[in-house]
This record gives sequence, C-alpha cells and structure tokens, in this order.
Amino acid sequence: MKEFITFIQQLINGLSLGSVYALMALGYTMVYGIAKMLNFAHGDIIMVGAYTVSIVCSIAGFSPMAAVLASIVVCTALGVTIEKIAYKPLRNASPLAVLITAIGVSYFLQSVALLIFGSKARKVQSVLNLESVKIGGVDLSGVALVIIFITILIMILLTLFIKCTKVGKAMLAVSEDRGAAQLMGINVNATISMTFAIGSALAAIAGVLFVSSYGYVDPYTGALPGIKTFVAAVIGGIGSIPGAMFGGIVLGIIESLSKAYISTDLADAIVFGVLIVVLLFKPAGMLGKKKITKV
Amino acid sequence: MKLKRIFALLTASLMTFSLAGCGENSGQEVENTDVFKIGGIGPLTGSAANYGISVKNGAQIAIDEINEAGGVNGMKFELLFEDDEKDEEKSVNAYNTLMDKGINALLGATTSGCSIAVSNVSVDDGILQITPSGSAADCTNGVNSFRICFTDPLQGELMAQYISDKGFKNVAIIYNNGDEYSKGVHEAFVEKYKSLGGSVVVDESFTSGDVDFTTQLTKINSSNADCIFLPIYYTDVAYITDQAASLGLKLPYFGCDGWDGVINQLNGDTSNIDGSIFLTPFISTDSDPKVKSFVEKYRELYNAEPDQFAADGYDAVYTIKAAVEQAGGDISNEALISAMTQITVDGITGQMTFDESGEPNKSAKVAIINNGSYIAE
Repeated sequence: MKEFITFIQQLINGLSLGSVYALMALGYTMVYGIAKMLNFAHGDIIMVGAYTVSIVCSIAGFSPMAAVLASIVVCTALGVTIEKIAYKPLRNASPLAVLITAIGVSYFLQSVALLIFGSKARKVQSVLNLESVKIGGVDLSGVALVIIFITILIMILLTLFIKCTKVGKAMLAVSEDRGAAQLMGINVNATISMTFAIGSALAAIAGVLFVSSYGYVDPYTGALPGIKTFVAAVIGGIGSIPGAMFGGIVLGIIESLSKAYISTDLADAIVFGVLIVVLLFKPAGMLGKKKITKV
Repeated sequence: MKLKRIFALLTASLMTFSLAGCGENSGQEVENTDVFKIGGIGPLTGSAANYGISVKNGAQIAIDEINEAGGVNGMKFELLFEDDEKDEEKSVNAYNTLMDKGINALLGATTSGCSIAVSNVSVDDGILQITPSGSAADCTNGVNSFRICFTDPLQGELMAQYISDKGFKNVAIIYNNGDEYSKGVHEAFVEKYKSLGGSVVVDESFTSGDVDFTTQLTKINSSNADCIFLPIYYTDVAYITDQAASLGLKLPYFGCDGWDGVINQLNGDTSNIDGSIFLTPFISTDSDPKVKSFVEKYRELYNAEPDQFAADGYDAVYTIKAAVEQAGGDISNEALISAMTQITVDGITGQMTFDESGEPNKSAKVAIINNGSYIAE
C-alpha cells in the first residue's frame, strides 16, 4: 500500500512538472504553428516574465495581480519588439538564419539579465499562496492544481480564438500560405506581430506560474526548461495546440517516473530518447498533422 | 537601416563598457621594478561571478594591508586580476595574458576545472601557483601548484565522520551528478560512511539547471532516512529545502562548504533549515580578532558579507607573502616553491602548513545555521 501511495505521489509530481512544461509549450508551439519559426528565445521571455513579477512584488503596495499584469505587459512588449528588430528583417531569409538569430536573441536576453540582476538566484514571493490538498495520503500541491487548470483553460481559449475570431482565422491563413493570405488582403506582418504578442503573453503567464512553483529566478531560468519545452512541443506535434499540452504532460510524467524508478542519472537521457523514438515512428509528433507536399 | 545603426551604436557602447571594466582590474601602471606582481584568475562575470569577485576582493584587502605595512623585502605587492568566466579555455588565455604582464606568482584559478586547465600549462613555466578555492583532487597535480581550501574527498570523509559521530546511521543523499565538486565529495562520503557502519538509504542525483526535486524528495520521504546530506551549492540547497518543506519533510540537513551563502540566498529566512550543519573553513561571525578585522574591512569596502572565497583569496596572498619572506631576497620560481613547504601561515581559514603534494594541513570548522546566521560550533 505504501509503495502504491508513493507511486501515485510520483505520478502527481510528474503531472505538476508536466503542466509547467505544457504551459510553456503552448506559446512555443503557437509561434511555430503560425510564423513557422522556432523561437528559441521563448524560454528567456519566460525568465523576463519571472523577473518582472519578482520586482513588482518587491515594491510595496502592489498586489500580486498587478505583478501578473505588469509581467504580461512587459513580455508582450518585449516579444513584439524582438520580432520587429530581430525577426522581421529576416522574413524572406532562410529558416536557418532565423533560427540562429533566435538563439542569438536568447543569449542576448540571458546576458542582459546577468548584467542587471547578477548571477545569484533571486527569491520570489509566490503570487499563489495555496495550501496543498491531501487525498488518501497523497499530497496535491495547490499551485500544481492551479497550473493544470490554467493550462487547460488557455488551451481551450487559444483553440477557440484561432478557430472563431477574425484575427485567429487570419493567423491560420498565414500559417497555411503566406503569399495567398496576403493576396486575400490579410496583413501578414501585423498577423505575425500579433502571434508574437500572444506567444509572449503566454510566456509571461508561464513565468509567473514557474516562479510560483519553484520560488527562484536567475538569468538561466528559461534555458533548460526552454529546451525541455521544445521537446514537449515536438513530441506532441509542433504547431498543434492540444499536442503541446499532451507532450508537456507526457514529458513531465516520463521524467518523474524515470527519476523515481529507473535512475536520476538517466532521466534526461530517457526523456530525449523518447523524443527520438517518437520522431522515428511519428515524425509529425503524437497529435501533429502529417502534411503532404505536392511536388 | 536606421535600426542597424542603433544596433552598431549599442554594440559599440557595450564594448566600451567592458573595456572600462578591464581598465579597473589592471590597476595603475607604475614603472617600478620593486613590485612583486601576483596574477589572479577567476570568474568576474557569468554564472559563477560571485566566487571570482569574492576572491579578488579578499586578495585585494590582503595586498593593501601588506603594502600599508611597507611591503616585503622592500617590494610592494600588486594584484593583476583576469576574468575567466569559469571557462577553461578562457582561463588559460587569462594565464597567458598574465604571464605576458610578467607576474611573479599566480593566485588562481578560482574554480576547480579552470585550476586544472591552468596548472597543466603553468607546470611547464614552473611558476608558483596557489589556487584559493579549486578543491578537485587534480588541482595540485603539478609540483608548482598548491591550494588553500580543503579537497573534495577530504570534505566528504570529514562529514561522514561527523554525521556518524552524531549518531545518524541512515543517511539520504542528493548530489549534483554534473559537478566535479559534488561528485568528489559524494564518492568519498559514501565510502567512509559505509566503513563507519552507516547505511546510505537513498542516494539520488540531479544535473545542473534542474529545479524540480520533488521526485527525489518523495523517495526520501517514504524511506527510513534519519538525516539528509547535501554536498551541493547553496542555490540548489535553497530549491531542495524549500520543496522539502512544502512536502512536509523535516529531517536534519548536513552539507559542505558549498552551503556558504545559503542564508543570503534564502533572504535570511532560515526557518526550514535551522539547525543544519555544514563544513566550512571560514565563518564570518567567528570571534577570532583576525577574522573580525577582515570582515569589518570587507564590509566597509565592498558593502557585502565576505564568504569563504574571499577568505581563501586573502589567505592565498598571505601565503605568497610568507613564501617570499622565507625565500629571502630570491624571488625565482624554484626558491618560492621550495619555501612553500617550510612556511606556517596563520590565516583566517585556520593555521596551515603545506606538504609537497600541494595540500594544506589545517583543521575543519563546522557552522550551524541558526535563526538567520551562521554560528561556529
């Protein structure tokens, strides 16, 4: 019985870790799905969001809600600015050039954070003060429950937004065929900017929830989760919004269970091994759509 | 086009900034042959910047004290410090730069990996190398290299003895598998602890950058461990102890010198780790008058609390001074190195002598964390 409770507890641990990955993967996958570029700076925008929360929270008189809003505003502005300065001039360049630029932006953000805040991890007051719930000997952390709820909510809203609004439909059109979308009178640049704005706002929310569950932020906070998130998005099928959710949760559970029952040393190897296996058998990811290209 | 120009301007101004930083480090250019130049290497930027800055600051205090007291044998001391960003290649470049500037002894590198890389090169030049804080066993492989701090294996053995003596027989360990320091301490600890009759009931690892420790802690929570040994750095300690508290895991913690700085990391709130004990060569609240005077100077000059890296840097300079005095007027590499094994340095990290393998002989101190401060046992 004790073994079983521990197993369930480890499963829950994986679920809460996975929901953090899922939330981060949503922004990643959305930008890829529409703009067809891998925004490697996504993890670092999450880091900026986390720093913003910690700063606003430390100023007296601001409520946690204000901190969350400030974080969303800052990240959205940052995302749009990065897109304008770094990615827009490369709109017609090869995807490789854009990819390298994104990696450059990622390092740039890390270095700037390092210059401003130093390398010491900064303690952040949690914006969510929730007691954990105990069910039959298993601890369910309140923050994890909130994260799972918010991730599902965002997934639904995002899907509805893309399917049902004019802007969303324009995004879909741009992702299918940029040239044709332009001919139909869609402002491609504005649409892509909008995508980055939403992606970065999602990064801000992920940042807020990330520091709420782990309590610290440093300039490299976004780096490793950024890569894991990317893996999550690819496993789920990059570009697919439910796929990101699915991939994140699966990744979190695999990571947690392999740490618990196989070896902590091998956990990362197993996670990336799963990625390779998935790509071998389902190159488009678990929930990704296979596209047939006519030659 | 306009944006490109703004970028160029930005880049240019950033470069000027970094150059200005370098100027500060190199000190005044004094045309004086009666200067004994000590080259320092350590990370002043990057993720390990805290360590290099502490070593540099601590060493500078020692240099200023020595010069105020009139120098040694009519020579003034000068510190030339180079940044290596905790990168082995950059560390060797820094060493070459310092050699070009004509240094007489080397204080560095600050971190283990860089110290090993530099000592592989410095052994051919034969210059006296003292690493203040490079604790990996290989840091003192060269005949010319010495160290101030404890080695990793020694720390592991000392803590195994200490924990065993306190009556804890079932230990849980979480260590960083991606870090030489943590691995070195862990390995020696496990061996020694088992030989003392204790058992390691949970032995878990993680890699640098991990922030989620709930899986490892859940395992410990369902085991019969009576204490937790964390041979890791303070940032990870903060993550682990916070998460353990939220899982309701309350066991006594033990650690190594990587814990130094944990109170600052927790913003002074030690409620989760009160009573934790770690091995350290230096405690800033020590009542020793030498330590007190150093701590006061450090606070006044740098507006910060000195850590063991600062103390190691300070002691390294005094060790070099002792070697210079012992060698008489001869400041050749051979004379300084052979003087090293004859000196006794009464430093702020304890009284030490050095053997030919480059290791210091000194006694360990343990610090207890209590209500927001470190207390010497």
